[in-house]
Amino acid sequence: MRLIVHNMLTCNIKGVINKFPLRIEAEKVIKKEVDFNPDFLRHMLAKIEWKALVDGARSMGYTELPDHAPDTERVESDESFLKKFHHALLELHLEEGSLVCQETGRKFPVDKGVPNMVLREDEV
Amino acid sequence: MKSRTADIHLVSSHREVYEPCDDSFALVDALLADQTNLINHNPKLCMEIGSGSGYVITSLILLLKESLPNVHYLATDTNPIAARVTNETLQAHGVSAEVVCTDIASCLEERLSGLVDVMVMNPPYVPTPEYEVGVEGIASAWAGGENGRSVIDRVLPVVDRLLSERGWFYLVTLTSNYPSEICLVMRERGYASRIVVQRSTEEENLIVLKFWRDEDEESVVKETASVSFLTQFSRSLSSFVEKQWR
Repeated sequence: MRLIVHNMLTCNIKGVINKFPLRIEAEKVIKKEVDFNPDFLRHMLAKIEWKALVDGARSMGYTELPDHAPDTERVESDESFLKKFHHALLELHLEEGSLVCQETGRKFPVDKGVPNMVLREDEV
Repeated sequence: MKSRTADIHLVSSHREVYEPCDDSFALVDALLADQTNLINHNPKLCMEIGSGSGYVITSLILLLKESLPNVHYLATDTNPIAARVTNETLQAHGVSAEVVCTDIASCLEERLSGLVDVMVMNPPYVPTPEYEVGVEGIASAWAGGENGRSVIDRVLPVVDRLLSERGWFYLVTLTSNYPSEICLVMRERGYASRIVVQRSTEEENLIVLKFWRDEDEESVVKETASVSFLTQFSRSLSSFVEKQWR
């Protein structure tokens, strides 16, 4: 599971209000290189919840992301930022660990890179 | 020569996971038939709901990646074993997608709303008693409840929410699912539709439908252009030949 997906995941347990983001408890993280595509990154920047990305990256051992994303005009020219964004968003894989609902503490396991978000009957 | 679809010998398997069959092949054939349109459409995010063995999502990646190397792919399945098998199949073909084990797209709907450009699904479409729907394990791959529509009817509003303005949706159905009714439901949500592949096997009459948004003028032009006289003629001819043979 990469942070691009983590940034889209919410906890859908019935009644939960604070459903995003899920806190990451990392047990095994691997890095896989992916082609750098600045157009895609600029396109994604508007959709990404930045703080969730920064916290998620930290949980996976990457602390280079700035606390705030630069303004859209500056992003165009800031390749160093884009490279860090690229690495955090697309190259860090959570192979084993859990995603934790901030409100209920419910842990969703991540096994061989696949988060299991299926809810129990009483949670739906 | 590089294959445009997944290699059946590289597709991972497990007794609790649905193996690629006529319906899977029909969906991939539909995507192949629409390959040029798909490439010209230039999707950024493609998604499969219910990826099972991973055969379809892998094939979709393979048929797009040469022309569109920067597309992102997402696959979901409610069966954790299927999610794992999907990952194995992807890896065996040297391609990757994000795989999430979830019911339809339950934990993704909110944040992914309006972002999916191509959605594909081979749903559990077999008419069965309602109590068989959603039962853990391999039966969840086919059990579709009354008229085989239980899961399909739940998926349609989710797909509508997830699809972007230019979104396309390919859905495998049986004639027993009343596909014309499905098209009507989607019509009310603002979608046009057409049949991409129609196939009669010994057991099933499969119809692969394609949906796109009415307001997406670009798609409307492409879709009406692609259903040329020649295509319509050759479809009628092959359907006639099939009937004669049977």
